Amino acid sequence: MAVLHKKKDIKIRKSPGDRIVDVMIYTMLGLVAVSAILPFLYILGGSFATNKELTEKAFFIIPEVWSLNAYKYAVRTANILRGLKNSIILTVLGTALCMVFTILFAYPLSKPHFRGRNLIMNMVIITMLFGGGMIPSYIVYCAYGLYDTYWALILPALISPFNMIIIKKFFQELPGELEDAAYVDGCGDTGTFVKIMLPLSKPVIASISLFYGVGFWNDYFNSMIYLKTAEKFPIQIQLRSIIQLTSQVSEIAMDYYDTGGAPPDKAVKMACTVIATVPILMVYPFIQKYFTKGVMVGAVKG
Amino acid sequence: MAGKNKNRSVKTNEMSNWQYFLRHKGLYFMVLPGVIYFLMFRYVPMGGLVIAFKDYSPFKGIWGSAWVGLLQFKKFFDTPDFFRLLRNTLGISILQLIAFFPMPIILSLFLNEIRHSAYKRTIQTLVYIPHFVSWVIIASLTYQLFNVKDGAVNLIFQNITGHSFDILSKSSSFWGMIVGQDIWRETGYGTIIFLAALAGVDQEMYEAARMDGAGRFKLMWHITLPSIKSTVIMMLILRVGGLLNTGYEQIFLMRNDLNMSMADVFDTYIFTRGITNGQYSFSAAAGMFKSVVGMILVLGSDRIAKRFGESGLY
Repeated sequence: MAVLHKKKDIKIRKSPGDRIVDVMIYTMLGLVAVSAILPFLYILGGSFATNKELTEKAFFIIPEVWSLNAYKYAVRTANILRGLKNSIILTVLGTALCMVFTILFAYPLSKPHFRGRNLIMNMVIITMLFGGGMIPSYIVYCAYGLYDTYWALILPALISPFNMIIIKKFFQELPGELEDAAYVDGCGDTGTFVKIMLPLSKPVIASISLFYGVGFWNDYFNSMIYLKTAEKFPIQIQLRSIIQLTSQVSEIAMDYYDTGGAPPDKAVKMACTVIATVPILMVYPFIQKYFTKGVMVGAVKG
Repeated sequence: MAGKNKNRSVKTNEMSNWQYFLRHKGLYFMVLPGVIYFLMFRYVPMGGLVIAFKDYSPFKGIWGSAWVGLLQFKKFFDTPDFFRLLRNTLGISILQLIAFFPMPIILSLFLNEIRHSAYKRTIQTLVYIPHFVSWVIIASLTYQLFNVKDGAVNLIFQNITGHSFDILSKSSSFWGMIVGQDIWRETGYGTIIFLAALAGVDQEMYEAARMDGAGRFKLMWHITLPSIKSTVIMMLILRVGGLLNTGYEQIFLMRNDLNMSMADVFDTYIFTRGITNGQYSFSAAAGMFKSVVGMILVLGSDRIAKRFGESGLY
């Protein structure tokens, strides 16, 4: 956004009043930004602290005594590592399939001459307005035999109409001359798509992959509904059961006790929260530059 | 959009459908998996809504179960739960509309005032982060910051005032807590769409107005706000359309036995009744009520926006 928004700054002498307003705005925005990340910093710092320090001090970001005990404990309980592995498999597989389905679907619809385009677009828009809802979907997906498999989490999510429309808009805004040139050179529809359009679509592919990936990584509710076998639980369910242990005793929490873990202390909870958060936050900075590059601009008008 | 490709479609217009299909087989192969997806995973469940008019039992299957007409809907409207659910759902949504909805707009207006582009970029990067974090993690952060026993915020508050405050297990603070989480998570990310709209504003307008002696607030009022008006209205339509969609994940994660009376909304109720208790037809009827009202709200607010000269959604 910043790139798009560079202002031609004409020199205008600012009044002292304007200066004060400027300082206030800069400070306020700084505080907003700090409040957005402060909880993460607190959890990160706490996860490396000793329990003693955590109970003695109300709030700190940098611990006095560093300790890796919480992480050692978290890694020792197989649940967390297994959850991490499951979430990675689910996210990578799910995102890849979603991208293939969504891009293939969006490309023909981006062509104004494509016959049947309106029919298919209407079919998509109807699903944005109205849906079967949780219960009929549950019954139907179970009838497809998806219960207790990752397919129950992946297949229903294959094409998000919203993401599909963003990609379609992106294709439409690429210069049409490139395609024309490819046609003249004897490329068919698929050739043009693979050789010309895909390489140009890196920004939109990166952003939409991030959206899908975050969706899979963060999913809790669908995993809870559709997965039964504890070995298949993703990280979010494992994290939830660890946080819940002391706040309220749940069924999952009881399973956790059965596996021989002592009730986790504050630092362990923090360490587990960090483990579940870090992978997404590591991908985010690499992709953020793309969605500031105006992918969302196309989405302004739905 | 269409104009750009006009000259290409002239030639194809002369073809018969069959010729066109043969010529563009590739495109139809590309679109086919998606069409199958929409039919199997979006339309078949819609058809599955027939169970709302039946007494569905998993043993008899969808077609074998007996028709009961509108009985399930009547049962749903007759339960004492209905008004409690409606109150909680609307309470949370309307609080969101009042307290959360203006936040991204205000933040965008402030971001728009910043000339220093490195500072602006940094702020943007940081405020987008909470959006990408799961509700499980946000629930975990909330618990670790606010619990009465050892939550950091509560400990600090205790040191200052001498008593603690309990937002996690009091029903009276549930709505506020939910909307507070929304504000924290979505305000930053919500600015993207408004900043995108602002990026399209002709900078010369600002300069011209400045020459005419307009101050900062005049510029904001007469140029910036009008230029995001249609985006604001579009977001408002979407919000109003989603009045009954409080989302289940967040509320499900934050509710507990102590705050249940204010925390049960349509979405969580449908889940508990349908999937936990197996009352499929009853909760499918509840879900259908929700979807139909939601659709009416979107189309209705869209129509109203159009009447006031806005372009609306569709």
